[in-house]
Amino acid sequence: MAERTYLEAIAESLRTEMQRDERVFLIGQDIGAYGGAFKVTNGLQETFGEWRVIDAPLSETAIVGGCTGAALMGLRPVAEMQFADFVSCAWDQLVTVAAKQHWRAGTPVPIVIRLPSGGGFAGGPFHSQNPESSFAHVPGLKIVCPATPSDAKGLLASAVDDPNPVLFFEHKHLYRRIRGDVAEERFTVPIGTARLERDGDDVTLVTWGAMLHVAIEAAAALAAEDVSVEIVDLRSILPWDSDAVLNSVRKTSRLLVLHEDTYTAGFGAEILATVAAESFEYLDAPPQRLTAPDCPVPLAPSLERRFLPQVEDVLHALRELLAY
Amino acid sequence: MHYPHPESSRTQAFRWARTGLMRRCGRIQCQRAVSEVRHANPVASFDEAREIGLDRTDLVSMYRNMLLTRGIEDRGRTLFKQGKIPGSFYTGLGNEASAVAIGSAMGPDDVGTPIQRNIGVHLARGTQPWKILAQYMGRQGGPSVGRDGNVHFAEFDLGLITMVSHLPAMLPVATGCALAFRIRDEQRVAVGWFGDGSSARGDAHEAMNLAGTRELPVVFICNNNHFAYSTPNRLEYAIEHLAERALAYGFDGVVVDGTELLSVYRETHLAIEKARSGGGPTLIESVTLRLEGHGVHDDASYVPRELIDEYRDRDPIDQFHRWLVEHVDFTPDEQRELESAVKQALNEALKLAEASPEPNADSLLDGVYAARDALEAPHFS
Ligand SMILES: Cc1ncc(C[n+]2csc(CCOP(=O)(O)OP(=O)(O)O)c2C)c(N)n1
Ligand SMILES: [Mg+2]
Repeated sequence: MAERTYLEAIAESLRTEMQRDERVFLIGQDIGAYGGAFKVTNGLQETFGEWRVIDAPLSETAIVGGCTGAALMGLRPVAEMQFADFVSCAWDQLVTVAAKQHWRAGTPVPIVIRLPSGGGFAGGPFHSQNPESSFAHVPGLKIVCPATPSDAKGLLASAVDDPNPVLFFEHKHLYRRIRGDVAEERFTVPIGTARLERDGDDVTLVTWGAMLHVAIEAAAALAAEDVSVEIVDLRSILPWDSDAVLNSVRKTSRLLVLHEDTYTAGFGAEILATVAAESFEYLDAPPQRLTAPDCPVPLAPSLERRFLPQVEDVLHALRELLAY
Repeated sequence: MHYPHPESSRTQAFRWARTGLMRRCGRIQCQRAVSEVRHANPVASFDEAREIGLDRTDLVSMYRNMLLTRGIEDRGRTLFKQGKIPGSFYTGLGNEASAVAIGSAMGPDDVGTPIQRNIGVHLARGTQPWKILAQYMGRQGGPSVGRDGNVHFAEFDLGLITMVSHLPAMLPVATGCALAFRIRDEQRVAVGWFGDGSSARGDAHEAMNLAGTRELPVVFICNNNHFAYSTPNRLEYAIEHLAERALAYGFDGVVVDGTELLSVYRETHLAIEKARSGGGPTLIESVTLRLEGHGVHDDASYVPRELIDEYRDRDPIDQFHRWLVEHVDFTPDEQRELESAVKQALNEALKLAEASPEPNADSLLDGVYAARDALEAPHFS
C-alpha cells in the first residue's frame, strides 16, 4: 500500500496498463510533452513515445471515432477529453457508432474515454458538468465514476480490460484534494459493483464521485447525534449495482440519493424508480434525491455554492427523511 | 420544379467565388491558384491496365462484379415492390464501376468503411450475394442478422466495417484504423467513403485533418453523385471540386470519372500504394450521377432530364463492356456466358436468402455488450 492522490492513482494506473499491454495507447489534446491540462499523463510520452501517447488536434469526433477504428483493428485506446463537457462533440461517435457496433456487427469496441468532470472551482457552465446520466440511457456503453484513489486505479484497469466502450468519469475536484491508500500492484475493481463506504442502520445514502466526500462529512456529523447513516458508493452508473442499493434500503427503510448532476432525469431518478418498484414494502419514508438544481453550472463562487449540494444540505435532507 | 444544370451552375458559382477570392487576394497581395486538383486520365489500353497489375481475368472478374451488383439491386427492387423487404431500400445505380474498382484495388489486409452506394465493394471483397439479399429482407443470414437493414452491413472478416446511418460518421473510424496501422508500423491501408452531401459535416473535416496531420495511411473516397437526396451540389458546397479540400489538409486530391471502372481502379490503386509506402492520405472524388431516386420511395423528378440522359449514355457497365470488346476482344459468347452465370448466381442467392429464417425474437437482447472473453488476453511487448 502507498498513499496516493486521486490523480496519482489514475496516472499510475495508466502507466501500469501501458506497461502490461502494448496495445494500450493514449490519445487526447495536449497529453504528450505537456502532460495534459491536469497533468494526469505527465511523463508518459517520455516513457512510451509519440505513437503511444498521441497529441491530437482539437477534434473530439476524430479522437473518439479514431479510437473506435483503432480498437476494431485490435488496439486498446484510452482517450482523454480535456474536460468531460467536450464529450458532447463526440456524442455521435460514442452513441451512434461505438455503443451499437457489437450488437449490430458482433465486433467489440474496447475503448476507454477519460472524462475530467465536475465542479467546485469556478469552472462555469462548460468546465464543470457531470453528464453521466445522458450516457446512462445508451445501451452498449459502460459508465464508471470513482470517488477514491483506490477505486480510480482499479476501475481504470477494469475499463481498459473491458471489451466495451467505457466512460471513465474522473472528478477534477478530487484530483489533488483526495488521498488514500492504494495497492501498489495491479488490481481491478469490477465494473457494476458498489462499495459500502459506511455501515449504518437508520438511513441509506447512495452517492458517487465527489459527492461521496460530502456524504462522509454529513454522516460523521450525524453520528455525533447517534444517527447511523449507511453510505453506498455506487462507483458504476452503467451497469449499476441495484442489489447493493436494494439490500441497504431493505435494512434501513430510508433512502437519499445524492448526486452532483442536475435533478430531472439525473441518475437518481433511475435509482428511486427501481427502489420504489422493488422495495416499496420495506420503505418507511418516500425515497428522496438531493442534487444540483435544473440549471447550468454557474461560475461565481456564491452561485456555485448554491448550485452544488453542500454538507448542510445533506444534513437537512437526511433529518427530514428521518423525521418522516 | 426544374433546377438549372448543376454542372453549369457550379461552374458559374465557382467563377464568382474565384473573382471574389482574387479581389481579396489582390488586397493582401498574394497569388494562390484556386484549384490544384489533378484530373485522372482514362486507361486507354490493355497495356496500361497491365501496368497497374490487371490481367484479362481480373478485368472480366470486375465486369462480373458490376453485373452482379446491378443484378442484386434489381432483385432487391423487385423484392421491395413485393413487400418482402421491411423498411426502406436504396441502390447504387450508376456507381457500380466506382464501387467494384475500389473494392478490387484494396489489398487483402486493407480495411474499409463502405456506404450506401457501395454494394460492389462488398462483392469485390467476397461477400456472398445471398447474404446481401438476406440482409435486405431482414433475415438471420444477413451480415447484420436482421438487427439492421438495407445497406447497413459489412463483413468484418473481409476487412469491412459496417456503416451507421449518420453520415459521414465512419470517416473518423477509417482514420482510426489507419492510426492503428501507423502505431503498429503495418503496411496496411484504410479506405473511408463519404458522399457529396455528407462532405458538409464536421466528421469529414476532423477525419481528414487528423489524417493529414499524422500522414496516416488512409484513402478518402467521395462518391460525388451530384445530389444529396434532393439537394444539388451547388447548395452543398461552394468550391469547384470537393477534391480541392485535400489541399487544405496537406495531401493530394484527385477528381476521377466514377463511371470509368479502370480510371477509378488506377487512381485508387496508386493512392492505396502511396499510403502503404508512407506517402500519407489521398482524397479521390469519384464523379457519377445517382441514376435513380435517393431510395425507392423517391422519383428523383428534381434531377434534370439532360443530366440523366448524359449519364445514361455513360452507363458504367456498358462503358466497360465496350472497353473489354475493344481492348481484350471480349466476345459475344463470353458475354452470354457471363450473363447466364450471373443470372444463375442470383437465382441461387435468392433461394438461399428466402430460405434464411427471420431472426428469433428471443435473441433480441443478445450482444448489447461484448462478453469479457470477446477479446484476446493482453499482449506483452
Ligand atoms: C447526419 C445525417 N443527416 C441526415 C441523413 C439522412 N440522409 C441519408 S442519405 C442522405 C443524403 C446523403 O447524400 P450524399 O452524402 O451525397 O450521399 P448519396 O446518398 O448521394 O450517395 C441524407 C440527407 C443522414 N443519413 N445522416
Ligand atoms: Mg450524393
